[in-house]
Amino acid sequence: MSEVQTVENMVNITIDGVQHQAKEGEYILNAARANDVFIPAICYLTRCSPTLACRICLVEADGKQVYSCNAKVKEGMEVTTSTPTILEERRAIMEVYDVNHPLQCGVCDKSGECELQNYTLEIAVDSQSYMIPDTKRETTNWSSVLHYDPGLCIVCERCTTVCKDMIGDAAITTAKRGGADLDKGYKESMPKDAYAMWNKLQKSVIAPSNGTEFTNCSDCGECVAVCPVGALVSRDFVYKSNAWELKRIPAVAAHSSDGAHIYYEVKHGSIEDRTEKIYRVTNEWNFVSLDGSARFAYDFENRGADNTGVKKDSMAFAAALEAFKKAETVRFNAMITNEEALMLQTLKEKMGLKLYNPEVRAFQKFLGYYAAASGSSLYSTDTDTIMKKSDFVIAVGTALRHDSPALKYAFNNVQKLNKGAGLYFHPITDTLIAGFGKSVETFTHKVGLEEAVLYLILDLFADKEKLPADVKAYIDSFKTTQTETITEKVEKTIKEMVLNAETGEEEEVSKKVKEDVQKEITVTTNGLVDLLGGDSSTFDDVFAKMMSKKEAFSLMVGEDFYFHPQAENLAKLVALIEATCVMDVVMTPPKSNALGVALICDLDDTATGYTVGYNENGDFRLSALGDGDLDMPAMNQQEGTLTSMSKRVLPTNAALEYEGYELNDIVKALVGAPEQTIEWTELLPLSKGFKALAFDSLPNAFTNDGRDNRGYVLDTKKEEAQLPAVAYFDSNAVLEGEIAYRCNPARQFNDFTDKSHEIFETFSLYASPAKAESLGEKVEVVFENGSIVLDVVVDTKMQGDIVKIPDFKSAKDVYGLFGASRYQTVTIKKV
Amino acid sequence: MSLEHFKNRNIGTQHYATIDVGHAPVGAMQTFMQVVKRSLKGELFVGLWVTLREMINALFKGDMATVKYPFEKLPISPRYRAIHDMLRLLESGSYRCIGCGLCEKICISNCISMDTRYDENQRKEVSEYTINFGRCIFCGYCAEVCPELAIVHGPRYENASEQRAGFSLFEDMLTPIDTLNLQQEYDGFGAISPNADDTIKKTPLAY
Repeated sequence: MSEVQTVENMVNITIDGVQHQAKEGEYILNAARANDVFIPAICYLTRCSPTLACRICLVEADGKQVYSCNAKVKEGMEVTTSTPTILEERRAIMEVYDVNHPLQCGVCDKSGECELQNYTLEIAVDSQSYMIPDTKRETTNWSSVLHYDPGLCIVCERCTTVCKDMIGDAAITTAKRGGADLDKGYKESMPKDAYAMWNKLQKSVIAPSNGTEFTNCSDCGECVAVCPVGALVSRDFVYKSNAWELKRIPAVAAHSSDGAHIYYEVKHGSIEDRTEKIYRVTNEWNFVSLDGSARFAYDFENRGADNTGVKKDSMAFAAALEAFKKAETVRFNAMITNEEALMLQTLKEKMGLKLYNPEVRAFQKFLGYYAAASGSSLYSTDTDTIMKKSDFVIAVGTALRHDSPALKYAFNNVQKLNKGAGLYFHPITDTLIAGFGKSVETFTHKVGLEEAVLYLILDLFADKEKLPADVKAYIDSFKTTQTETITEKVEKTIKEMVLNAETGEEEEVSKKVKEDVQKEITVTTNGLVDLLGGDSSTFDDVFAKMMSKKEAFSLMVGEDFYFHPQAENLAKLVALIEATCVMDVVMTPPKSNALGVALICDLDDTATGYTVGYNENGDFRLSALGDGDLDMPAMNQQEGTLTSMSKRVLPTNAALEYEGYELNDIVKALVGAPEQTIEWTELLPLSKGFKALAFDSLPNAFTNDGRDNRGYVLDTKKEEAQLPAVAYFDSNAVLEGEIAYRCNPARQFNDFTDKSHEIFETFSLYASPAKAESLGEKVEVVFENGSIVLDVVVDTKMQGDIVKIPDFKSAKDVYGLFGASRYQTVTIKKV
Repeated sequence: MSLEHFKNRNIGTQHYATIDVGHAPVGAMQTFMQVVKRSLKGELFVGLWVTLREMINALFKGDMATVKYPFEKLPISPRYRAIHDMLRLLESGSYRCIGCGLCEKICISNCISMDTRYDENQRKEVSEYTINFGRCIFCGYCAEVCPELAIVHGPRYENASEQRAGFSLFEDMLTPIDTLNLQQEYDGFGAISPNADDTIKKTPLAY
């Protein structure tokens, strides 16, 4: 986020006698961190709510002891980070954490990057004063990737907090465990906070929240990332390597369009095999949360067909040059850097090749429609800004859980941290999203009514003065008013004369009596709400509650819109919403670098003639998967930039060695090119908002206060535009019958995620439990232009009859089956 | 994290530094003076006298300073740092090495390497361990850092071998299980000091 910090929202505080500036309403801990002042803290996560489990962040603010993770800064506040009593508390807390904690740091995976080790040293704990009998706690595997060792767990609750406040799965929780009671004498002799912390710690352990032994979650592994000790480790990484042996390579997560900042951690394979391999992916978890594909789909590097590494194959290279000379079309996907996209665009300009990319083409068109209607070359917000500012989010046309993990996290985070509300419109009911917060309303509408959703948003949020008269009239035409007679209880005061028994006099006494009164009211029924599967009789009240105290609204638009017959009208409606409502818009580029490709390449609608496929099907295949006619480096073997959903151009570095030919070599031989791929970075088109910055000059880090300072933000060109003329929708143009939806399971995005050994989601048909039962084990799905046989897998968080068919295997050509829409009517046969 | 090393793509370029070796004699006169100075010093004869004295002592007085190596060997100090030994636990015979990797990390000539894995008993197992003795400088850091006293320096100083891989594997250095009773506790570099019990504070235990 690059919002300008204004003087108005800053306050002056003094920490340990030094003047600092802090954002108003910020926690003391965050303010201190932003100003480079160290306050110890274990349980606090920057973008989540404070848990107050560790109590080690005690400070003195204006003479009172407070927890800095939970107390907000005030103008003129004086903070002291350590006093003798605070130091005594901290020492006692660290001693308690060390009670019965295994001392075999040598076999612990966290050794060397362990916060318990660090703070034990920082607080200088050199002796132990407390003791309690230990309880036997067995290690368990929670899922295919999560390994939990309760013996090492210090119950800081960071894992449960991040799972609830950020990820939204809330798949783990604190549970009770047996254990000895604390010695009564400690209550008197110990510092107060340390005793309270220990009392809770001694009784708790972390467990899956569904009551079983296994978590039912998206397996993102964020709990592993935030664990300060070695209690939570990825199953694959257990006892594989020590933290200090791994070399960290800053990069960008390659698969989704979130553009998350990651580190590939590499080390030689083994004593015999000295070639480097990626062992795991880590992240700056205070500033960015990863999804499962970013964390676990890392070993997709190209090692060639025989798995021994790629060497320069001059025969294949010559054949590739011939193929390009012969070719009419290059087919590729979004898994490509900006530089490579520019190379392909150069080939198009100089050799007249067609560029075919169905994945991105629809998005590119949609962006074009939107730009024409709104006058703005790009949408207005990003996930980071939503999390920091928004308190009302609306998601339309996106299967939030699958398409864009970062948006799902933002949607959830707004509910949990900004006291927000949310509306989720989708043809497939997602029970997980409905549970994100009390103020989340989900609408399960029919396929084809996406325009109606946007009209409802206009109705609910637009400044009616600004709306064009015809749109206003059109929206009002859905409303019917009825006069209803209702009975209300009304309280009335009646005066009576009562004889006072004592005095014998009559007194006037007033009495309150409830009386039924018939009343006529007008009820407005909003037909749009009913049309979209909501209940208009209750919606008004629910919506009024959702709207209370809300200021910043955001709209998330997804892939359903790009692959929609009425895409142009949808884009206009989005532009109209942005112009007439106080609402920011973010669009999810479908996969990886779709935004970059959409901006850089002039894509064609069809592929003709001899086709060169780049990680795609074609007559000649360039492939980073190791199965093509000429090998290419995979995304973790090349440097370059990627354009993320947040409109940032982000540098990524090569984690692993690659000795073969790259696309740049081909372009060099065909039409001439710079020596190295990264020299294309400064040539990216300025007209599309890119900047003429050299790759090596791009920063790649977060600042201490959590500001994203990676790469640069694309310039958004704005022009004055008229309000777009939007078309009405046809409420009959809905899909009926058996419907399939093109949607990948969480963690799967493309062939590269599929190749990774820690991704287990299969290429199957995903259906709700009820639907899956009726379908049986295996089905053939028949489309208009083909069919596909798939196993049926249950997705317990789905409801309804629509089934999901993944597209992550390019060889299956699911894009071809679905054509121009994400939804298709199909016939499903049991096999 | 600094990105400097990602930006250097000239991996073939070396940075050599030159050192100052003093002045060479200039001209014939200076060269001649240097030869005269070096030739006419008396130290040569002092050295010859020492040799002669030792020879007389050894031949006629039986005062021999050498041993008949390799048939004879001098006792060696426990602090001597020769080829490493990997010790076992005396009670169970299990390896002492827990695979913590500290020796690998501290090794300044970067010659120790190990592979570890999660074994069937849910323990960390050292699946491979090697020391490249072609590179080892016998500094003793590995023995000093070892928290389990598992890797120690033994008395085997004859580290010539016909093959590089001669004695670099875990099994070669490990105490053979049948001679476990002969395993000596190491009191050399990095061993626990004799008064260790007096200097540590004990952790209270609730049993």
